[in-house]
Amino acid sequence: MACVRLDHLSKSFGSAAVLDNIRLDIAPGEFIAFLGPSGCGKSTLLRMIAGLETVETGQIHIGERRVDPLPPGDRGVAMVFQHYALYPHMTIFENMAFGLRNAKVPKAEIEARVAEAARILEIERLLQSKPGQLSGGQRQRVAIGRAIVKKPDLFLFDEPLSNLDAALRMRTRLELAQLRRRVQATMILVTHDQVEAMTLADRIVVMSERRIQQVGTPMEIYARPANRFVATFVGSPPMSFLDVTLDAGAGGLARATLPGGASFNTDVPLAVLPTSPTWRLGLRAEGVKVVAPGSGLINAQVEFVERLGDRTLVYLRLADGSAITAEDAGTSRAAMGDRVGLTLDGAVHLFDAEDRAHYGPAPAEGQP
Amino acid sequence: MTAASPRKSRWTNGLFVGPYLLVYLALLLYPLLAGVWLSLHKADLFGGEAFVGIENFSRLLRDTVFLQAVRNTFLFVLLTVPPLAVIALGLAIALNRPTRAAAVFRGVFFSSSVLSVTIVTLIWRLVLIPDGGLIANLLHAVGQPPLPLLSHPNLVLPAIALTTVWWCLGLPMMLYLAALQQVPAELYEAAALDRAGPWKTLTRITLPSIRRTIVLVVIIQCVLQFQLFGQAQLLTQGGPNGASRPIVLFIYEVGFRRWDIGYAAAASEILFGLILVATILQYVTTRDKAASR
Repeated sequence: MACVRLDHLSKSFGSAAVLDNIRLDIAPGEFIAFLGPSGCGKSTLLRMIAGLETVETGQIHIGERRVDPLPPGDRGVAMVFQHYALYPHMTIFENMAFGLRNAKVPKAEIEARVAEAARILEIERLLQSKPGQLSGGQRQRVAIGRAIVKKPDLFLFDEPLSNLDAALRMRTRLELAQLRRRVQATMILVTHDQVEAMTLADRIVVMSERRIQQVGTPMEIYARPANRFVATFVGSPPMSFLDVTLDAGAGGLARATLPGGASFNTDVPLAVLPTSPTWRLGLRAEGVKVVAPGSGLINAQVEFVERLGDRTLVYLRLADGSAITAEDAGTSRAAMGDRVGLTLDGAVHLFDAEDRAHYGPAPAEGQP
Repeated sequence: MTAASPRKSRWTNGLFVGPYLLVYLALLLYPLLAGVWLSLHKADLFGGEAFVGIENFSRLLRDTVFLQAVRNTFLFVLLTVPPLAVIALGLAIALNRPTRAAAVFRGVFFSSSVLSVTIVTLIWRLVLIPDGGLIANLLHAVGQPPLPLLSHPNLVLPAIALTTVWWCLGLPMMLYLAALQQVPAELYEAAALDRAGPWKTLTRITLPSIRRTIVLVVIIQCVLQFQLFGQAQLLTQGGPNGASRPIVLFIYEVGFRRWDIGYAAAASEILFGLILVATILQYVTTRDKAASR
């Protein structure tokens, strides 16, 4: 296990900057997810750590060693590629043993390590097969096995689940979580799937536009997103935003007035908020409930209904034209065109004109 | 309906293959069989055809001129096919990169392939002739006497082979390049993370990945080089003293100079058989390993 330190990393391809001044400290044994949309630079960052992309400015340390001048094979990292990158002409055993042979590991130990990895991943019967004879899920296991046998300080996963179908993805996700308990190593996962990041990672690094937007535990990211990008990207369905005006309400807390004139008290003291020409209120769907028309805080018209079985997502439009998403029970009777009332409860998120989020005092430990 | 339709559609499918089949039968199979038929006859181009059985073949096996041509042809194939396969592979690996210079050199090395054999032999005559040729000048510069490259029986085949390698390099290089560009970049990245050095990467990743193309190149070049004709005809006319006469030149001389087309057809059948055996041998020896992929 090793800590990883990324120090002021920048990178550009030609005139196009892809990463801008990335700084991050990863603790030994930590499972980190780089989460972001396509093109945010997360894969490039992973490949820079692996040594597959050069570092332009900045340094990378793994443990006590500075690794950015070293070739990929000397960094003590193992990588699981998006398309597995198994050697098609070698057997599964040879695929897993190749790196160890090159590292001059004694033959007996190679066999022991491959056997152990094959046992963990339940691919013992496949060792003499070629990759072409395997299913996608089996290839994925072999790719993970090839990483395990090297006993690296640092595991890198580049979108490892994106090529699997939904059911297999879920199972492999669980297996990755279990693998993590058996293999003592620091791990970095690149993904655009927030569910993978939320379920697997100790901390999520949300990236967009060449920069790190926020670093935090999954629940921190979900409950207190640092800005509007994180708030929109993490959470499904995405957060809704309403333009509001703020003034002093009861107990010094900010009171938000919605476009229609309705107002309610937030849990954010007005005193901690900077001045900003405009404010937006961010609402997660689970904080917006559908009630009978007139009996809620505001009224809205149902535009679309998505029934997910256990719950129903109701997409609504307010009188002033702004869109909002509410969550209702699985048995919801809401139908397109209905007029309904809405109540707002749960956590509120206030975003200033520069899309930075502001919150009240941090909740006590264990009460997100 | 369901039981009858597959059989019915099989006949209509035949219509699609039909036109090609007719051309194939008329232009390939018929001449092939006619050639076999002709080889069993004593015939010349002005009529007069008598069945002689295998007399032409047994005559060929006793004909020292023909046997020398067979030996020359095998020697020539050995002198050209391995260098072509190896040099083209080296060039392809060196030029398989997205730089401007690589693109220019790819064009340069391929350009010789588009020349006709007459141009190629004209150029190489200027290189090979002992009297002021390029090689003679180079030897002169290091104080060596000129080599009689086109007139010494031991040097003439290597000289023609050199010309041929230069001429034929472009196609195998392009085939290799096409194959190399199909190898996923991720494989090389995985190999780099697996601490594979340049040699390991070449022998364990690159070569196995383009195996089928290597086999293809060797087979294509064997088929082509067994049929050496133009270079030998234009550079030496098969001389000196038959030292550079390949089988096809022998066939040409017998068939179109001496008009003994039955005898020429028999020599053609032997050449056909040699190429067929060589190709099948390569296919079989490489297929065993390929089957375990």
